[in-house]
Amino acid sequence: MEKELKKTALYDACLAAGGKMVDFHGWLLPVQYEGIIAEHKAVREAAGMFDVSHMGQIYFTGKDAYKFLQSVATNDYKLEPGRGAYAHILNEQGGIIDDIIAFCLNGEEFLVVVNSAAREKDYAWFKKKAEGFDVTVRDASDEFSMLALQGPKALDYLEKLDPSIKQLKRFWIKKLSLFGADCYITRTGYTGEDGVEVMGPHATVKELFSWCLANGFKPCGLGARDVLRLEAGYLLSGSDMDESRNPYEASCGWVVKLNKEQDFTAKDIMARVKAEGVKQKLMGFKVKGAGIAREGCAVYKEGKKIGALTSATYSPLFKAIGAGYVPSEIQDGDEVEIEIRGRLVAAQAVKMPFYKNI
Amino acid sequence: MYEQEKCKFAKTHEWAFVEGDTATVGISDHAQHEISDIVFVELPQKGAQVKAGERCCVIESVKSASDIFSPVSGEVTEVNEAVTADPSLVNREPHGAGWLFKVKMSDAKEADALLTFEDYKATL
Repeated sequence: MEKELKKTALYDACLAAGGKMVDFHGWLLPVQYEGIIAEHKAVREAAGMFDVSHMGQIYFTGKDAYKFLQSVATNDYKLEPGRGAYAHILNEQGGIIDDIIAFCLNGEEFLVVVNSAAREKDYAWFKKKAEGFDVTVRDASDEFSMLALQGPKALDYLEKLDPSIKQLKRFWIKKLSLFGADCYITRTGYTGEDGVEVMGPHATVKELFSWCLANGFKPCGLGARDVLRLEAGYLLSGSDMDESRNPYEASCGWVVKLNKEQDFTAKDIMARVKAEGVKQKLMGFKVKGAGIAREGCAVYKEGKKIGALTSATYSPLFKAIGAGYVPSEIQDGDEVEIEIRGRLVAAQAVKMPFYKNI
Repeated sequence: MYEQEKCKFAKTHEWAFVEGDTATVGISDHAQHEISDIVFVELPQKGAQVKAGERCCVIESVKSASDIFSPVSGEVTEVNEAVTADPSLVNREPHGAGWLFKVKMSDAKEADALLTFEDYKATL
């Protein structure tokens, strides 16, 4: 029997705004409204909004919340309340279960934002690893809707809603009353532009969606989001990294803090991987010849297959771009070829990100 | 202009506008709308033989590639270089400047078997 698709609380609002809804890992979400190119342009030049209510929110609460987070995440969470950081969650072998952003709410409470497709897996992993810690792990995803408000003008537009939003620093979180209800607002995003993400009660975020629509934000879909994040060099969990890859292979060595106070899952393996170096790593590619590379396309160097693309798309800024695992000898600027529908097309290896504005 | 009412349609959303033994081929307004932002068009080679119902070129949007099937058989006598240079022409004028290629038909009866605009509309 076909599994019924889940709708976010913003489903009707997205539909009314012209959203073309598709099945995204079991969720009905807008892939686009007016069009991916127009939406991409809005986010790069002004402001766009994305319904990301499918993402997960998990609380770690208790005396050992900090110690527990340090033990499951690669980054160092020795942070003052209000700050957050990006990290990877590793399995015992050092493979990437998921990537997260966790925020310190206070010394005994952290909010962990996880990917929708990995939510159940992450939660089960956290529950399993929490044994022996004085911590409560609670999946609160169903209580939250989430809206990403992104673009160089996003914060200017939001000033009318609450002037304090502009004061929030990159990767900080703040509790804010919007339309009479408490929300969390974070200066984060997945587009490579400045902006915020708001998590709050469903009815409140629905009100925020309407307010944003009337105040300069263009509704944007998953299509534009995928182009924006790949241009910005952000990895897609489950595609660009999974349990068969470690953070060093994923070119994310910076999120592994081997010197932090606490031990963490697969730390010894990570130390060894770092010392020995990796055989393969994730690189970006720009297609120079005619054609658009897609996920799965093979990468060749001097006639020999050296890897495959894990993400690829048309990019309004760079024509055709992709990312994929290749031998670690491949350097920024190396000439390679990508097989597009049976034809080898000239391409260039590029150190990601392709685009940097923040 | 290759007006919709004067074109014949394949179920796979291509149109053929027939003048004598030559058919001009494009994709329907419905198809361009469904594909949305067209960013790349790979046309057949001039002189190539195409067969009705067979894949002969590719139209790509930001996120996907769509195969285009020739509605008629014959030799490609002309390709529209303008859509290679500016693929968005196919979105803007699917029945005009966004035409794809011309075929010297080997079997004129094939075009008769295609759908009229009214019949095509009924399939959507």
